[in-house]
Amino acid sequence: MLYFVARRLVSALSVVLVTLIATFALFFVAPTDPAAAICGERNCTQERYNEIKENLHLDRPKVQQFAEYTAGIFAGRTFETAGVVQKCDAPCLGFSFKNDRPVTDMLKERLPVTVSLVAGYAVLVLTIGVFVGSMAAKRRGTTGDRILMGSTLIVSSVPYYIVALMISLYLTILYPILPRGGYTPLSDNPGKWFVGFLTPWLVIGIYNCTQYARYSRGSMVEALSEDYIRTARAKGLSDRKVTYKHALRSGLIPVITIFGLDIAGSLAGAIFTERIFDLPGLGNLVLDSLQSYDLPVIMGTVLIASVILVAMNFLVDVAYSLIDPRVRLS
Amino acid sequence: MSTPANEPGTADTLGKDGLNTMSGADAAAQAKRGPSIATRERRQGSLNPSGETPYLEVTDLTVKFPTADGVVSAVNGLSYAVPLGRTLAIVGESGSGKSVSSMAVMGLHDRKRTRITGSIKLGGDEIVGLAENDLMKIRGDAVSMVFQDPQSSLHPLYTVGSQIAEAYLVHHKVSKDVAKKRALEMLDLVGIPNPIRRFKQYPHEFSGGMRQRAMIAMGLVNDPKLVIADEPTTALDVTVQAQILDLLNNLQKEFGSAIVLITHDLGVVAEMADDVLVMYAGRCVEYGTAQDVLAQPRMPYTWGLLESIPTVSAASERLRPIKGLPPSLLNLPSGCSFNPRCPYKDRVKGERCTTDLPELLPVDGAGAHTSRCHLHDKASIYEAEVAPRLG
Repeated sequence: MLYFVARRLVSALSVVLVTLIATFALFFVAPTDPAAAICGERNCTQERYNEIKENLHLDRPKVQQFAEYTAGIFAGRTFETAGVVQKCDAPCLGFSFKNDRPVTDMLKERLPVTVSLVAGYAVLVLTIGVFVGSMAAKRRGTTGDRILMGSTLIVSSVPYYIVALMISLYLTILYPILPRGGYTPLSDNPGKWFVGFLTPWLVIGIYNCTQYARYSRGSMVEALSEDYIRTARAKGLSDRKVTYKHALRSGLIPVITIFGLDIAGSLAGAIFTERIFDLPGLGNLVLDSLQSYDLPVIMGTVLIASVILVAMNFLVDVAYSLIDPRVRLS
Repeated sequence: MSTPANEPGTADTLGKDGLNTMSGADAAAQAKRGPSIATRERRQGSLNPSGETPYLEVTDLTVKFPTADGVVSAVNGLSYAVPLGRTLAIVGESGSGKSVSSMAVMGLHDRKRTRITGSIKLGGDEIVGLAENDLMKIRGDAVSMVFQDPQSSLHPLYTVGSQIAEAYLVHHKVSKDVAKKRALEMLDLVGIPNPIRRFKQYPHEFSGGMRQRAMIAMGLVNDPKLVIADEPTTALDVTVQAQILDLLNNLQKEFGSAIVLITHDLGVVAEMADDVLVMYAGRCVEYGTAQDVLAQPRMPYTWGLLESIPTVSAASERLRPIKGLPPSLLNLPSGCSFNPRCPYKDRVKGERCTTDLPELLPVDGAGAHTSRCHLHDKASIYEAEVAPRLG
């Protein structure tokens, strides 16, 4: 088991390294001119252009630039703009001259918002989504199953941003049944934190529960038709135990695969949810930095997103091996 | 038996649903005709070849599955009895109803999709129509089942030991340690070396034969009075088959349980069975002691089964398969279900084979060996034509 985890960890780290090189190459080696991009097309004097080039060390060899970039991640570095020296502590992912702040600080500020949103989302889909799916699987073919699955289909056939916008408009603004979204750090006021996230959680959670219900119904139907389920029933186990112990353990495996990728995607930016419910998370940061061509921030978010993706894949692998002993062998 | 006077009851898993009107009509028709065939046979003592008091007594069992295409009659009026310490082999092709009837004994059918009528008595207690909660208490405790393919019948994600211990815990209010001790004991008993190490292993770490031993350990952990073994050796290679059969035999001697062995392998039957019941298209077509059925079979279908076993002495000859396919259970042939495949049909005068369902009658006028066939000279046909071919 330890060997398995160690091996997966090594492969995960090597993927992160490759991503690091790839993001760097994408923005600094590819035939793009980061200085021009940062400078902007209009109002870009040669003087300012040169200044940016120098500040970002874009005039140095690429390998050296990459070495500085990588060194910054582990040891921190300094940037100089117009004679002012900006310190960028490790892990330094670059410096946003547009915002006059190190990228890491901006990410650090945004990450808790997105993590809070996604954590609540994860709890909802894994409990309600999977439970509804299992219930439907247990009663497959009955009217209840059909109603349940029909309604999930109806909900998920409406685009998410429409649902989120409508709920935001009708249920929080016109008829304020639900609290408006907003961010208060958990450490400041847990109550306010919870209330601010309540509506976004419900919207993103329940909308996606419909998909999880369908995934888990499918995998549970399959699990429930296995021979070992008949064995479990032949032992005299109750229906509940057969479904939620024996079948669910196998039925969860495909759901976890999807869950890992889904959570990684949402952490990298639940853009619609954050925009609509006014949550200053990573998704909003990505949108803002894209709009303002803030290259260091874009690079930082891409790197963070890929690290999250790799980390989630690693966690999914570990979860697999916890659930399925046969995986540990390979 | 606590209620010997009981007539075969009619119960219906559908309860108050309108669907049970049909079985009601059947029962009424039966009442008009007088005692059913099964009851008559029981009075003659032919239902039970050994004559001992049965532990499991199945009377006039019918299992039907209503489907979109019509009602599938998987089991039709099946009756048999198994006393403690005795082994009944139920033989037949796929789809003959042997597994379905045994699943009914375990109460494992989906009640919403199954109609069961007739009577199944365990130690005298009726279990047809029992509520799910009462059935749960019997399942795995008084009656247990050993399944065909241990590879797929054991849960791949739980250790073998925990699955056996779980089976014990369901029916015993004991601590996990006690259950573990019991599971280790059972692993040892079924001949699995190094039980302590094996307890913690997963099914994929076991060989096929070891898995089946573990399955048997699980089946016997609660000292069941009745073990239903559903083709326990089909998925195993021949040397392991023999070991598993020996194991079942020895355990039966030790525990004294009744065994219902479902198989299509007459070699297994010869080795294991005290009594044999041959099923075809959901009906019993021949029933008697193993000695009677294997040495003096009195039904063309049984002859066909015997003729399709390869023998060493007849190695140069081609095997004689039973021509054709088992009939659709949605639409059984009229008369004898076997008539479309029966090579001896012409020897019965008139069209009786295609019009009249033969009754299950004693082959020599009285006695425990019964068969369902219109042929008059079964014994002479067998001796003159079939037996020589068996080599």
